[in-house]
Amino acid sequence: MEANNHMGEYANPDALVTTDWVAEHLNDGSIRLVEVDEDTEAYEKGHIPGANSFHWRNELQDPVNRDFVDKAHFEQLLSRKGIGNDDLVVLYGGNNNWFAAYAYWYLKVYGHDNVKLMNGGRKKWELEGRELTSDGPNVAATSYTAKDADPSIRALRDEVIAAVGTKPMIDVRSPDEFSGKLAAPAHLPQEQAQRKGHIPGAKNVPWSKAANEDGTFKSIDELKALYQEEQGLLPEDETIAYCRIGERSSHTWFVLRELLGFPRVKNYDGSWTEYGSLVGVPIQLDYKEEARV
Amino acid sequence: MSSDCVDAPDDYSTDTGIQGKVLRGGEPVEGAYVRLLGTGDEFVAELPSRADGSFRFYVAPGDWTVICLAPGAERIEQPVALEQGQQKQVTFRLTEAPAAT
Repeated sequence: MEANNHMGEYANPDALVTTDWVAEHLNDGSIRLVEVDEDTEAYEKGHIPGANSFHWRNELQDPVNRDFVDKAHFEQLLSRKGIGNDDLVVLYGGNNNWFAAYAYWYLKVYGHDNVKLMNGGRKKWELEGRELTSDGPNVAATSYTAKDADPSIRALRDEVIAAVGTKPMIDVRSPDEFSGKLAAPAHLPQEQAQRKGHIPGAKNVPWSKAANEDGTFKSIDELKALYQEEQGLLPEDETIAYCRIGERSSHTWFVLRELLGFPRVKNYDGSWTEYGSLVGVPIQLDYKEEARV
Repeated sequence: MSSDCVDAPDDYSTDTGIQGKVLRGGEPVEGAYVRLLGTGDEFVAELPSRADGSFRFYVAPGDWTVICLAPGAERIEQPVALEQGQQKQVTFRLTEAPAAT
């Protein structure tokens, strides 16, 4: 329970709720609980009572263009899920809230400000032995109206290329991905980008350093030590976070923006699968067996 | 791309790895969280155990730490030294965690 006791010390403590809080508000009609997982079958096997789900690929990605769904489809999605403009959306998920943090950032892009993450995600809920159900939620469709996408928290390709050597970048992948030894996390298929390595000048702070073993976020003092003291990031920096496909970096974006209060941090959701396939951009490759000699 | 999709990375040998089972009272446990840490306790991966309690990591030779977390159970940590071509088997036998005070 220690992790929950320091939540009030974060820059935006309202961005998080505890598993206790969620358990106490399961029957609150103005709260929309939504699970978002990398493992898209996890929700069907069992979820928090009353929770709906976002399928990160089928519902949050455009099926043709490599991009978000557009504003109209986002409005249709939230309307179909029974989410109203004034509803509080509480997100949680597996993998230490990677994809829940991605959905949090995504909802912020489309202007839904009343959103929170459940600290610790699905893992903490499960480890506490709390109830899961396979019953679907009762949903009454709404008529959701989104705002235009907010470009201030999303970095796109051209901005990232222009930022090389001029703006701080945090590569949140594992050290082996950062060095160019691996193209993807060690337990996943080695797919996607044409080249391995990282963006020159980026600092490697794996997302996992910001999380406790139970999936909750580290304390404010630990996070300040990690990003500000060890890496020298400043709150006013236009820091860009990236990973492989933009989910792990959403976790770090959440930490920098909401827990440490850096207002100008952006998530580069194109991440390494885009940058590592671009023609003519600089790449830093440290892994000795592949580095140029 | 599910969490238990553990295809072998192309530069890692497919016959080197760590696999095992999570058991409670001799019965398989599904959905226990099995974490893999590398050198310097660097987080590498975390998988839920399958319906038969099994888990598997395809990893390179080296020193690893495998941790098992499950509801109502004591945390278990197991160091594993892995050489090229080895498949190490880890069995986690869960014991009841003391009640919270």
